[in-house]
Amino acid sequence: MNPDAWRAVMPLVCLAAAAIVLLLLIPVRRRHGAAVVVALAGLAAALATLPDLSGGRIVQVTPLLVFDGTAVVYLALFTLAGAVTVLLSYGYLQTYDGRREEFYLLVLLAVIGASVLAVSNHFAALFLGLEILSIALYALIPYPHRTGAQLEAAVKYLILAAVSSAFLLFGMALFYAGAGYMTIGSVAALLGNATNPAIRWLTAGVAMMIVAVGFKLAVVPFHLWTPDVYQGAPPPIGAFVATVSKGAIVALLLRLLPPGDLPRGFIIVFTAMAMASMIAGNLLALRQNNIKRILAYSSIAHMGYLLVAYLAGGAMATAAVTFYLATYFVTNLGAFGVLTLLSGPEKDAEALEDFRGLFWRQPWLAGILVLMVFSLAGLPLTAGFPGKFYLVAAGVAGARWMLVVTLAITSTIGLYYYLRIAVTLFARAPESAGLRPGPALLGRFTLAGLTGVLVWIGVLPEAVIALIRAFL
Amino acid sequence: MILTWLVAIPAGGGLLAWLTGRKNPQGPRWIALGVLVVELAAALMLTARFADRLWSPDQGRWLTTVKIAWIPSFGINFALALDGFSLLLVLLTAVLGIMALASAWTEIKERTGFFYFNLLWVLSGIMGVFLTMDLFLFYFFWEVMLIPMYLIILLWGHANRVYAATKFFLFTQISGLLMLLAILGLYFLHGRATGVYTFDYRELLGTVMSPGIARWLMLGFLAAFVVKLPVVPVHSWLPDAHTEAPTPGSVILAGLLLKTGAYGLVRFAVPLFPEAAASLAPAGMALGVVSILYGALLALGQSDLKRLVAYTSVSHMGFVMLGVFAWNQLALQGVVMQMICHGISTGALFMLVGALQQRLGTRDLKQMGGLWDSMPRMGAVFLLFAMASLGLPGLGNFIAEFLILLGAYQVSVLWAVLAAIGLVAASVYALRMLQASFHGKAVHTWQVPDLALRETAAMTCMVVIIVWLGLFPQWVLNTARGPLQALQKTAVVRTQQTPPGIVRLISQQLAVPPLEGGRP
Repeated sequence: MNPDAWRAVMPLVCLAAAAIVLLLLIPVRRRHGAAVVVALAGLAAALATLPDLSGGRIVQVTPLLVFDGTAVVYLALFTLAGAVTVLLSYGYLQTYDGRREEFYLLVLLAVIGASVLAVSNHFAALFLGLEILSIALYALIPYPHRTGAQLEAAVKYLILAAVSSAFLLFGMALFYAGAGYMTIGSVAALLGNATNPAIRWLTAGVAMMIVAVGFKLAVVPFHLWTPDVYQGAPPPIGAFVATVSKGAIVALLLRLLPPGDLPRGFIIVFTAMAMASMIAGNLLALRQNNIKRILAYSSIAHMGYLLVAYLAGGAMATAAVTFYLATYFVTNLGAFGVLTLLSGPEKDAEALEDFRGLFWRQPWLAGILVLMVFSLAGLPLTAGFPGKFYLVAAGVAGARWMLVVTLAITSTIGLYYYLRIAVTLFARAPESAGLRPGPALLGRFTLAGLTGVLVWIGVLPEAVIALIRAFL
Repeated sequence: MILTWLVAIPAGGGLLAWLTGRKNPQGPRWIALGVLVVELAAALMLTARFADRLWSPDQGRWLTTVKIAWIPSFGINFALALDGFSLLLVLLTAVLGIMALASAWTEIKERTGFFYFNLLWVLSGIMGVFLTMDLFLFYFFWEVMLIPMYLIILLWGHANRVYAATKFFLFTQISGLLMLLAILGLYFLHGRATGVYTFDYRELLGTVMSPGIARWLMLGFLAAFVVKLPVVPVHSWLPDAHTEAPTPGSVILAGLLLKTGAYGLVRFAVPLFPEAAASLAPAGMALGVVSILYGALLALGQSDLKRLVAYTSVSHMGFVMLGVFAWNQLALQGVVMQMICHGISTGALFMLVGALQQRLGTRDLKQMGGLWDSMPRMGAVFLLFAMASLGLPGLGNFIAEFLILLGAYQVSVLWAVLAAIGLVAASVYALRMLQASFHGKAVHTWQVPDLALRETAAMTCMVVIIVWLGLFPQWVLNTARGPLQALQKTAVVRTQQTPPGIVRLISQQLAVPPLEGGRP
């Protein structure tokens, strides 16, 4: 490996080093604060050592990994989201009397898995990354385990994720049978060549991989696990599943099947999934009475929106998908962050009824939640507005009229349940015990920062757009 | 720069009001008053500064402009510009802002800081809508004014407020998104044809496109404006929103928010797609007439006073629709007059209804009657604005509707005649409204105070304005003429019809050139 390759791979090395240090630290001295510091240090080091690969530079690290501008953007997103998850979890776990330190180890591992996915150039790396991410999540979802519902969620995730992994492996095998090698970069070119005698093997293989991708993205019809896992997982992990785990798959998808030159059959499949996700996600969210479940169904719809830009192809697609994902990260981390702060050791804040009138008791927290919800709805002055605008712009540029009109109509349906949350928060309610936030100072600062970023992107999105464009 | 201030002053004042409200519930309304007075002063200063250029057509189209790069990646600018048309609406916004404040003064008792924050932010958004020259910025302001309005209805509204607020938001949101699609379609069309990707309205004017595409894009714009205006059959959010909103909310809804729809039609929808507008004109005029008649008919059947006034808005806005699609100088002058006069007269009616409700605790006409005895001053003002609503000569609304009918007559005799029937219905509902509330037998013996000093002062302003508009409309007509002619020129004039002699005669009397345009 040449020096360039070493420099490129440094972020992964930092994350792994932090994980090992934490692993060694825990048996020696079990301290909650120390674990947080090590995890944050690892994430910060990873962020600091990210190579500057703007302007189309590519660094190949062994046949397995490839670092390019897109990968750097996604790695930055994952490490930042991981750091926010750690910061939010600190207050949440403070009151937990079980073992807290391993939690951060698992978060670090999950970030490593997601990062490997984003830089994988080979099916082996892909599978390794996906499994590191998934296995960490199996343990994280029921982590401060109190109720059966959490275990149920974890087992459901475990079984379905295992099935999707099986699909992925089978797909890889089929592809290998047809192509004779497993480089991810070659997939699109091979698929595009219809005269290839092995095209059926290749198509079948990639189709099975799409099943796995669809499962992790939670698009219809592979979405069934989402509401239960979101509900069962502790809120910071809900945030992590909603953001990093999905973002990693989006990064993979962009590499596996770059937008624009998809074969016709795959376009139809993705269009169907996008339409179904937008419609089903929004309709199913309408009658939920649990904020976590609403967020789950809304995330299904949002992945449908994201596919609209992906399907549009053209120069804008990758930038639109990435920028939208960035705004989606901020928004979901913020929304789950509020839930985290309101959740106590006994129970999580999730029933919509518990939030009644919260705005008048906890104006700041509720105000932030309203902003986050408005951002999910794509209203102006929040990050969701330029995000959705970028998506729709990409869709219109690609003349995907059916998809963008569906997006417009279904997101109006979606507005209804976002408004329901706002109505509940603003309702005139008698003073009740209701939800009381913990004294999590760290979490509050994190939330304030997220809100600042949300409004900043909402009002002045140019900086982030320009940054993303420079790297893609 | 002053244009930026027009948008920024209410926004900044809103934040200030919210912050003070946490300590002192009386503070925010004084801050809001100060902010709005400054705002009105700024608008008047603008008027004074450009007084000499307002009426001269050859001084260039825009009186003043602002342009700051906002999102250069997309060619989006923070671009504002002012012409006579915008100036009139800016003045209307500033005046009605103060009126809304006057009606909120005692009615809003809870969470005052947050209320005045929302009130000022709606005004800021509306100012932005009336000034912006960038279509993305337009969409941005269009959405920005929506959220605080939603919160005003939701938090300070009457019994059925959640339903009304949600309906209002959903209707405007879906139509706004369709407009966004059309804006983006236009953006890419223009960009691919010229290589310049921009949302600037002045550059997008005259984009060449096939008739089929133009029609679809125009329908996207129309969706947003027709819902806001509103036109039958997408009007159903309006009676609910108006009825459930608190008085200041109703004043702003009827007085200003509806005008943004009318403004969008005149400024954007027709000039950007003149051919499509011409082909849709018969349907547009028909919808306008349907709204006039249907709104009036429904107004006749209401017993809830606020709902009644709301339906009259549908009817009056039908005239706007009719006038816009007639698209000649007479009709457009009438549309501008109608926007202003309806804003003033309906705003005043909602304030009066709000004052009645505050005193009586009901809006039900069946519970009223004979109120003149106890409230002669309010009765007199109510009489005046009921007369304005039915189009009595001498008051502004008469000029407006008369001009629109004249203009429409040049284009289609049938629609003009049918629309005129709406005036008859207007007399019936206005008189019935007055009859059932202030005249007739008293159902209850109400012991209620007449208009207080604050209310009298506000009403005096409104009365003076509506009478001034009725007796001396020339200032408004002259101010609007240049911009309207420029808009007509962009929407290329085709069929020149010679108007009937009587129309020509009246136009000469009013100094409105009748031959400036035919249908688009």
